[in-house]
Amino acid sequence: MAIGVKVMTRPEREVSYVRATFKGLALTFKHMFQTKVTMQYPEERSTRDDRGTWTLSPRWRGTHRMLTDEQGRSKCVACGLCPQVCPANCIKLVPGEDEQGNRYPLIYEIDEFRCVFCGYCQEVCPEEAIHVGQHYENSEYSRGRFVYDLERLSSQTHAVSTLWDPTDPRGE
Amino acid sequence: MSPELKGFILFSVIKMLIVFTVMLVGVALLTLMERKVSAWMQNRRGPNRVGWAGLLQPAADGLKNILKEETFPKESNRGLFLLAPALSFIPALMLSAVIPFAAPLRLNFDDLGQEIARIPLVGHVLGAVFHAIFGRVAYHGMLPMVVADLPVGFLFVLAISSMGVYGIALAGWASNSKYSLLGGLRASAQMISYEVAMGMSLIPVLLLSGNVSFSAIIAEQAHSLWFVGPLFISFFIFLISGFAETNRLPFDLPEAESELIAGYHTEYSAMKFSMFFIAEYANVVTVSAMVATLFFGGWDIPFTRADESGTWYWVVLSHLVFFIKTFFWIFFVMWIRWTLPRFRYDQLMALGWKVLMPLALAYIMVIAGAIYALQHLMGITSVTTRAFALTVISLIIGVIMFWLLDRGAIVSGSESRRQRLEPDPVRPTFVGRDRGVRAAS
Repeated sequence: MAIGVKVMTRPEREVSYVRATFKGLALTFKHMFQTKVTMQYPEERSTRDDRGTWTLSPRWRGTHRMLTDEQGRSKCVACGLCPQVCPANCIKLVPGEDEQGNRYPLIYEIDEFRCVFCGYCQEVCPEEAIHVGQHYENSEYSRGRFVYDLERLSSQTHAVSTLWDPTDPRGE
Repeated sequence: MSPELKGFILFSVIKMLIVFTVMLVGVALLTLMERKVSAWMQNRRGPNRVGWAGLLQPAADGLKNILKEETFPKESNRGLFLLAPALSFIPALMLSAVIPFAAPLRLNFDDLGQEIARIPLVGHVLGAVFHAIFGRVAYHGMLPMVVADLPVGFLFVLAISSMGVYGIALAGWASNSKYSLLGGLRASAQMISYEVAMGMSLIPVLLLSGNVSFSAIIAEQAHSLWFVGPLFISFFIFLISGFAETNRLPFDLPEAESELIAGYHTEYSAMKFSMFFIAEYANVVTVSAMVATLFFGGWDIPFTRADESGTWYWVVLSHLVFFIKTFFWIFFVMWIRWTLPRFRYDQLMALGWKVLMPLALAYIMVIAGAIYALQHLMGITSVTTRAFALTVISLIIGVIMFWLLDRGAIVSGSESRRQRLEPDPVRPTFVGRDRGVRAAS
């Protein structure tokens, strides 16, 4: 014997492949009439439906969204933390300052192609301005459209991600 | 040309067109059915975007395959590479020519043009046009519902079906790729091996019907019992060999995806690939139709003899019955595909040569002996009594066969088989849970 293979002696009903074949046939036949689990994607979205099956996780990290204050200005104070923490280096930020000394972003661009959707930008943001959101349909007709500028980020309306909370790992 | 000959040619051409069209459209729809069945068995929906419930999916696939780029591997043998798809495509379609798809139709007229003229409203014009083109067309007697009612139909099927292996072997060789070649080699070995078992398994059918023409075989079944009873073992062997001949799972080693990428058609693209695909499904249809014809009475409607009368509605009904029988076996082929995993190569060969072949040979002896004993020693002349007696014998053999097969003696692991043959004096023992350390050797 070349290698130490332990050959199990099993009861006949376990090794009988004629019976196993019939069992398998019955199983596959039964499956033909079971409820289909396929999600009919473009018609059926990953939002709430009656069965509540296809809900997107509240922690889903998708397309970015910039939150705005009551006057409609972005909450961003151009501190520079998000481009600093970004592992994919996809955030372009040029800070500016108005007469009162308030900092605001002159240019704020996120390249959604480069982004790895880690959610660090949301986590690091002291003003809770930049968020990753529960949204994933980003198709465009040109590559240039994937660089989201400040206006576009602010006009997004989808729900923002709740991210993962270490004190509440199960999200309860 | 005599009117009778004209009638024969005309009806033959019509039958050819119908069978060819139905075969190609049916095969296209079978690809959809395969995907649907596989999806359902995996709790999915399957293709449902193109057309209603995905019914136009085959058309979309076909269009895509025609528009796709044809690729030629640089080192391939161009001539054979081109020839191979045709070589597997043509025999697969040729087989459909000899299988009767309905009961014979009784036709009796001296001039078809006059018959057409009886159709209300347009008949007059059509009849005149028909007459102008064909002249007098007559037909008297039973029109067999088969493209070619060959007296050697059965041998024709065996001969042509074995030609399919050329297409696959040549495709594997001409591609000049290691995966293709391995696929081609496996295919040729497998198909030639199972050809033997297949041919042997059908000898009892010939013994019982005493004829090699499909019409006679069906007639014999209509008069006694469907051969699935009297020749159960033959049916079993034929079914398994049929799976192996069509390279369907669990015998799809020539195109084993996990081992050989796609086997013999790895290098093929576009319509040439599609032709292998069509050939495979055409073979599935043929095997299913053969099972239905040889063992389930073909177009025979059970418990009635009226289906042989030749009236048109009985012909339509008998065709429906034939369709249902064939369709069930097509479904069965797909069903098996999504149930059983692939055999190992040595298991495949062992099953073919060590089990099915000797079994088929022994069964020929048993059936021949039983027919002789029943007819000459016991003097039973009724074919029905003989069929019942053979059914009892076959069932007994069947029970014994399944009992033996079930002991895991044939397709179990090679190691346990070896041990059964020569028990190892020193059994390996395990020390600890994970470390396979042998205590003594």
